[in-house]
Amino acid sequence: MADRSLELEDCGHRACGGCGPALAARLILKGAGERSIICASTGCMEVFSTPYPQTAWKVPWIHSLFQNTAAVASGVEAALKRQGRDEHVLCICGDGATFDIGVLCISGAFERGHNITYICYDNEAYMNTGIQRSGATPFDANTTTSPAGKLSHGNSRPKKDMPQILAAHGAPYVATCSIAYPNDIIRKVERAVKTDGPCYIQIHTPCCTGWGFDGAKTIELGKLAIETGLWVNFEIVNGKTEKVKKVKRKPVEEYLRAQKRFAHLFKPSVNTEEIAKIQAIADANAEKYGIDLKI
Amino acid sequence: MKKILEGSHAIAEAVRLVKPEVISAYPITPQTHIVERLAEMVADGDLDSEYICVESEFSALSACLGASAAGSRVYSATSSQGLLFMAEVCFNVAGMRQPVVMSIANRAVSAPLSIWNDQQDSICLRDSGWIQLYAEDVQETLDLHLIAYRVAEDHKVLLPVFVCFDGFIISHTYEPVDIPDEKDVKAYLPAYVPVNKLDADDPLSMGMYATPEYYMEFRYENDQAMTRSLDVFKQAGKEFKDLFGRDYSELIEEYRLSDAKIAIIAMGSVCGTIKDAIDVMRAQGREVGLLKIRAYRPFPAEDIKKALSGIKKIGVLEKNISLGSRMKGAVGLEIKDALDDSSVSVLSYVAGLGGRDIRIEDVIKMTDAIEAGNGDCFFGLREELI
Repeated sequence: MADRSLELEDCGHRACGGCGPALAARLILKGAGERSIICASTGCMEVFSTPYPQTAWKVPWIHSLFQNTAAVASGVEAALKRQGRDEHVLCICGDGATFDIGVLCISGAFERGHNITYICYDNEAYMNTGIQRSGATPFDANTTTSPAGKLSHGNSRPKKDMPQILAAHGAPYVATCSIAYPNDIIRKVERAVKTDGPCYIQIHTPCCTGWGFDGAKTIELGKLAIETGLWVNFEIVNGKTEKVKKVKRKPVEEYLRAQKRFAHLFKPSVNTEEIAKIQAIADANAEKYGIDLKI
Repeated sequence: MKKILEGSHAIAEAVRLVKPEVISAYPITPQTHIVERLAEMVADGDLDSEYICVESEFSALSACLGASAAGSRVYSATSSQGLLFMAEVCFNVAGMRQPVVMSIANRAVSAPLSIWNDQQDSICLRDSGWIQLYAEDVQETLDLHLIAYRVAEDHKVLLPVFVCFDGFIISHTYEPVDIPDEKDVKAYLPAYVPVNKLDADDPLSMGMYATPEYYMEFRYENDQAMTRSLDVFKQAGKEFKDLFGRDYSELIEEYRLSDAKIAIIAMGSVCGTIKDAIDVMRAQGREVGLLKIRAYRPFPAEDIKKALSGIKKIGVLEKNISLGSRMKGAVGLEIKDALDDSSVSVLSYVAGLGGRDIRIEDVIKMTDAIEAGNGDCFFGLREELI
């Protein structure tokens, strides 16, 4: 087990106050430990953590392009194997890099069975370029390319189900987690790096700037996503769903009201029809994963 | 050891001798025979490499980048569409100063789709920061692969290299080739020693982003390394000659040029045809010679200027087209720049695109045009189709 007291993501980086991804980076490294090599995609985390000549990373770290991280990691892993080395190879990439532009490389790397842990920090839009929608953006969220308007309620499509897509690749370990539950992230990363083969972890990382909430409430937002059933923490081990986080569910409205990206659903009047659609998504999640605590 | 080998298999032999720790490639005509043969070598235990069968060229070069950053010698091969799919990674590999060596079976670019030869693909990547070498025959193709690793991995250079050779014309042609001895290659090309690598015992960050305060100096360093590679290549070529007997101590090659009044300039396999055409014309008393260019990047401008000194009529046979350029060919512009002499006539002839054959009589006709001062045009167009 990695030494959890080590801080391998250094302070002094340039993330916003209350940045969910920055917290995720710190927790990921606590789980992965010192014998790690990080492959990063272009995005917020890359930019806030490595403005040349400064770096926040105390472990080896490489960034190549936006969409090729899984392929770069494949090469790193192959080289380590050929050289007989023991480091773990991890990818840490945003949702745009993971759900959209990098799918080809991720699918290839998972199909080939490289011994890598691919972690997506999911803040549900292209935040680095100014909050544009991605395949991870939730239904009805207002972004700069899915704006709410006279004819629009925001993003018209539900979030792509990446964990299931990668589970379908035969990944031995797939997990979701949230920065609201730090020990859960550390435990899941530890498990992934110990598992042979390609593993996938998707971390919900609320973005105060992109979602529109006070940076002091990042953890609170993460918790609300879980408590409303709009985000589910689970593990899929060798294709079988295990260890689902159970909750006493709250109505989705509590989560939506806390964020400016859903503000259009509440003014000038409460859009009960659209909120009902989002509630239905949470209900379907609850049904699918059995998250409701039986009282 | 002399063997009669298909060009692609001769390249695979070169790769076997170089012993890359990681190979990553994706099939594309006319490069496939190389990667198939390498896969056989790995399957039979004749080559101890990690062979990553990727899902695209984009990933092929990305995986090479990762493996190289982790300290391994790497190899890839591609062509045409595959190279253009890699374009973004090409710039990145060079900017990150990884000494990747990649074979380019030169092929035309779609549309229209063509699997046949011209040199548009690698020429398009002119400014990506890769050294570009062009081979005339199978032996030179094999040899340039060995030299390429020497130059790429030299700590004064640390740049990636394209070893370019004409698709089908070289990749699928059988020629007698001398395969260097493994022991000699080991002496010529020692194990790769990276300056930096991804290593948990000595952590560092690679591929960071640069603000305007830093970006330009990175590009400057890239350009400086490219310039330094001119001399590093010459030295590597000289040592190659000492060990293996074949002379690559220059980035250009002259054929019956020293007393010529007309010079033809070209890169790649067509140089063989041009040499034959020159022999025919010389027999008729025409004073014509060839300047073969072995490196398009770095461009050996000073050497070219010296070799062409006193020659007033020059024609450049171009297997590429820079659409919308007055001169049309990408190599001709470089020659004009190298000479910087308005009293010299330098004309471009775009020929052989999409695999159209260039024969001895074509070269003779082209020489007539150079002499008459007609050029900067497509050569050998089928007028009835226009």
